[in-house]
Amino acid sequence: MGIPLDQILIQTINGIVTGMILALVASGLTLIFGIMDVVNFAHGELFMLGAYVGVLTLAVTGDFWIALISASLLIALLGAAIYLVTLRPLIGRDPLTTILATFGISLVLQNYALWQFGPVSRKIAEPIAGHFNLFYLDYPWYRVAVALLSAAIIGGFWLFLKFGTWGIWIRATTQDRVMAQAMGVPVPWVLAGVFAIGSGMAAASGVLFGPFGGVDPTMGLNWILRAFIVVVVGGMGSLGGSLAAAIFISLLEAYASLWVSPSQAVIVSFVVLIVTLLFRPTGLFVATPK
Amino acid sequence: MSEVGAAALSGNPREATGTVLLAVDGIHTYYGKSHILHGVSLEVGRGEVVGLLGRNGVGKSTTLKAIVGIVHPSRGDVRFEGDSITQLPSHRLARLGIGYVPEDRRIFPLLTVLENLRVGLDRQGVTKARKAELVDKVYTYFPVLAERRNQSGGTLSGGEQQMLAIARAMMLEPKIILLDEPTEGLMPRMVSQIREIIDVLHREAVAVLLVEQNVPLTLEASRRIYFIEKGVVRHHALASELQVDDPVIHQYLGV
Repeated sequence: MGIPLDQILIQTINGIVTGMILALVASGLTLIFGIMDVVNFAHGELFMLGAYVGVLTLAVTGDFWIALISASLLIALLGAAIYLVTLRPLIGRDPLTTILATFGISLVLQNYALWQFGPVSRKIAEPIAGHFNLFYLDYPWYRVAVALLSAAIIGGFWLFLKFGTWGIWIRATTQDRVMAQAMGVPVPWVLAGVFAIGSGMAAASGVLFGPFGGVDPTMGLNWILRAFIVVVVGGMGSLGGSLAAAIFISLLEAYASLWVSPSQAVIVSFVVLIVTLLFRPTGLFVATPK
Repeated sequence: MSEVGAAALSGNPREATGTVLLAVDGIHTYYGKSHILHGVSLEVGRGEVVGLLGRNGVGKSTTLKAIVGIVHPSRGDVRFEGDSITQLPSHRLARLGIGYVPEDRRIFPLLTVLENLRVGLDRQGVTKARKAELVDKVYTYFPVLAERRNQSGGTLSGGEQQMLAIARAMMLEPKIILLDEPTEGLMPRMVSQIREIIDVLHREAVAVLLVEQNVPLTLEASRRIYFIEKGVVRHHALASELQVDDPVIHQYLGV
């Protein structure tokens, strides 16, 4: 009793779509970890707040794309503010202090959202309404658009890192913060900038995901957990590794849910995480360290 | 201890050439609780090559790090072109024209050779033409860097990394370059190339503060020499008045 080919294809597309959103969430997380050794536990809440800013802007302007851009910009500013106020004074201390600080911020933001918006899930309407026929399914074009848009954002960001002056500064700072600063790189601004970019990317993925599952104060939790798995499996601090790991894990989950329920399929991610930590703790998708 | 250092300095009439570019005045530094520098004082004139000699672990590298703002002195003052720079962050110092070539080179291993150069080169106020000119200039001095411009820094040999570290500092169009043991672990051919580049810097009126273990090279390249011991400058002299087997050299460098 084999699995029909059409189901495998549908799950492949589903896996890639969620994988791209996950990659967008995880790339901000891995970038922040890579450059300042901060594990940002508030990343999921920036994702969630981004989605709420999207909901509110959409209500006022009626335009999804304006909502997407303004949510990214606003949450990028919030991210930079969080960095300057709480993390910058802690840089260079025991990693535990930054973990506690970001965890505290995540609780504050989550409860702020609960107080401000209530526990009931809000909806974001799909900006692209059309469907196309995928075997027996009406597959929404929006999902495909999300995958492409996420890929475009990650690709644009990669080009920025590869060729731009700020990109070179970010990479130099990631490799040797002290020496980068001695070469004239304004490291405090680069760190704030990276935090802002990572936060903006989280917000963008929050808005993009909104039409799939609704917007509520705890939506960040599920994503941050999976993003952490992706960052560890992909290799802490590696952008390409995170992209590969996000697709890999989402595909595995999608295929696993052919046999078991989607909530049980999540177990697969944890198995991958544990196996990675046991046998290749530097990450599956990075070159072997010397 | 600092009084001894200061006395030795004030007792010596020889001074930096021309106007003073960099003045280090009685700086103290600590790593945690250990007191590393006990009041180091020295001066470098504009375009002057100055050597800093001493045994391992007496504070030569720390002196350079304190000048470039990587460690901040708890007491004392560092002045550059007359202004106090003691508490400025190191990226501001780089912009003022202080280039730093650390002991372990610390090139960015995952950036290409050209990207390593761009870290210091891509700054406001430098025109595209000027950038190209600066890069071409170091490629002329170090042709091997031109050959390897798209190779990542981590794949270069030790000598090539040293050249890259110096070339990278030259991108800042510095008024002074702090060189920390540039010939350490290099083959003789590479050592003479480093020697030549110090002369090039001197011709271009870039001052050099040179920390070295290689005494003959330091005496040859420098105009003046400071001797540092246990975190204090103990002695200083014109390089032309010192011999490689001088008793002074034995006193501060002999085993």
